[in-house]
Amino acid sequence: MAAAASARPAAGAAASRPRLRPRKPWSTPARLGIYAFLLISAVFFLLPLYVMLVTSLKTMDEIRLGAIFALPGSPRLDAWVQAWSSACTGLECRGIQVGFWNSVKIVVPSTVASIFVGALNGYALAFWRSRWAGWLFGVLLMGAFIPYQVFLYPLVRGLALFGLFGSLPGIVLIHTVFGMPVMTLLFRNYYAAVPQELFKAARIDGGGFWRIFFQLMLPMSTPILIVAVILQATNIWNDFILGLVFAGRENLPMTVQLNNVINSTTGERLYNVNMAATILTSMVPLLIYLVSGRWFVRGIAAGAVKG
Amino acid sequence: MASVSIEQLHVRLGQVDILKDMDLQVSDGEFLVLLGPSGCGKSTLLHSIAGLLDVHDGAILIDGKDVTWTDPKDRSIGMVFQSYALYPTMSVERNMSFGLRINGTPRAEIDKRVQRAAAMLHLTPLLGRKPAQLSGGQRQRVAIGRALVRDAGVFLFDEPLSNLDAKLRHELRRELKQLHLELGTTMIYVTHDQTEAMTLASRIAVMLEGRIQQIGTPGEVYDRPVNRFVAGFLGSPSMNFLEGSLAQEGERLHWRSPALTVDVTDYAFAATAPAARKAVLGLRPEHIALIDAGQPADGRATVSLVEPMGANVVLWLALGGESIAVHTESHTPHRRGDTLGVRADVRRVSLFDAGSGARL
Repeated sequence: MAAAASARPAAGAAASRPRLRPRKPWSTPARLGIYAFLLISAVFFLLPLYVMLVTSLKTMDEIRLGAIFALPGSPRLDAWVQAWSSACTGLECRGIQVGFWNSVKIVVPSTVASIFVGALNGYALAFWRSRWAGWLFGVLLMGAFIPYQVFLYPLVRGLALFGLFGSLPGIVLIHTVFGMPVMTLLFRNYYAAVPQELFKAARIDGGGFWRIFFQLMLPMSTPILIVAVILQATNIWNDFILGLVFAGRENLPMTVQLNNVINSTTGERLYNVNMAATILTSMVPLLIYLVSGRWFVRGIAAGAVKG
Repeated sequence: MASVSIEQLHVRLGQVDILKDMDLQVSDGEFLVLLGPSGCGKSTLLHSIAGLLDVHDGAILIDGKDVTWTDPKDRSIGMVFQSYALYPTMSVERNMSFGLRINGTPRAEIDKRVQRAAAMLHLTPLLGRKPAQLSGGQRQRVAIGRALVRDAGVFLFDEPLSNLDAKLRHELRRELKQLHLELGTTMIYVTHDQTEAMTLASRIAVMLEGRIQQIGTPGEVYDRPVNRFVAGFLGSPSMNFLEGSLAQEGERLHWRSPALTVDVTDYAFAATAPAARKAVLGLRPEHIALIDAGQPADGRATVSLVEPMGANVVLWLALGGESIAVHTESHTPHRRGDTLGVRADVRRVSLFDAGSGARL
């Protein structure tokens, strides 16, 4: 009886309802360990942000009490307003907003220019094979591995020669040049995965160098363009040394201004203002990652293009 | 419409000679198929004609004009690729009109030509779609359409059907043949598929190692292959090759192997009939007659494998130590192990030199 009952359902059960995979218990020791690790890591990395946030919302009287983990008694945005519009960066007291707009003026043209040059280089290297292409590409890649510091002095002299030192076009040019190796590599590898036949078909259709680039290759490059924008915008926003050296007094980017806000203290250190200014400065890259993280992964994963 | 002449063409890639001293004449309106195994240089030849590869030496003439160093777009060619090579961001209509838009053809003319090509290839309802929304067969039709709207003098096809499944391949093959009949344009077509070559070509050029081994109508190439390579490349199952030797016996000339003796007195030798020598007999599966075991025959063989193909049956026979394929009607029943007599159709056999493989 028992044998008959256990033998029959094997067929009957499979036909009547789909067999459910036995659900794994969520509370195995291994799982608990993983969750504990993840939780601790999250707390560890979020703690500084938490301290910065609560400090920026406190008054100086509250901060002096020294309880850095305590929540603000009555949260106030005064420090944020001060950081944005009236904190002192050296002698001037117009807040970090000056640096914000300077950074925008540097990041937008530099990102566009470096991506354009990188895409163009990558396209030329992948499709218009000239005799020196491999050699050129090697030299260009080497540029990605040489430390910035080596270039600083020669570049300062070079830019000064053309009257570009300490100007907005100067810093944009510098960012474009320094972005070129990685951007070229990114786009060359993307275009290397595009079938050569596509390019050949466009050649037969009469497309020249620029037309194939603008009408065929660029429209196909959306995923990698997104990756490039994320990389360049955050890199250039976060840059300190190049901005400090090449941008000139009028165009100092936000990172440099932030440093000035924090270092130019007269009397008491305004921790709440400093924290607010720091969060404001890191807001842009943070937002870029939060908004585009999904696209970033998609772009990196989209190596090959299906014809 | 245009003719194509290749004169003393020499193409190398890096240090390797892909094509050497290549001469080829394609006349106006011809459908020439370049057939050969991969690596034989057929695609290289096609791409040189298209201007997508730089030639090292020699000349390419299209419609009498020397285009050896002309830009691809000025050669009056249209080309279809194996991977379709459709522009993924453009609709079917824009894919087909891309070339015309580049050379500044008036809008009305573009529309007229695209509509005509679309109608020919049954693409009219698909004009608004992107390539990703099409099936393989539709994509290749769009690629053909893109070549058609250019009103080119020569159409070049680089294994256009190789990415399609068998059924679609047959359909499109027929459509291509129909298209050639309607347009009458010169077409050069590269393939490694001998069936495509046989069905489409007005002439086939069989290539191996950068050289044209034989060029002729499908019938010529099939019936009188110039060497063992050509003979073996065309036909399915391929030609049976049997080692043996020729011997003069009184008035008659015989080809003998231990298991088979064929009277080849009436064979059309390329040169004068040679005296006794080693020779390879080439027998196509459909040129072998099966005879009941008791009757006189050229040799005796045992059935070792039966492959029913629907319309006919391929029998694999053990003849001496060799295995040979024979085509038979499907309604004559044979079973594994049966012993049969075989007789070669002497007017259709080929004899090859045992050493060089050249036709005797």
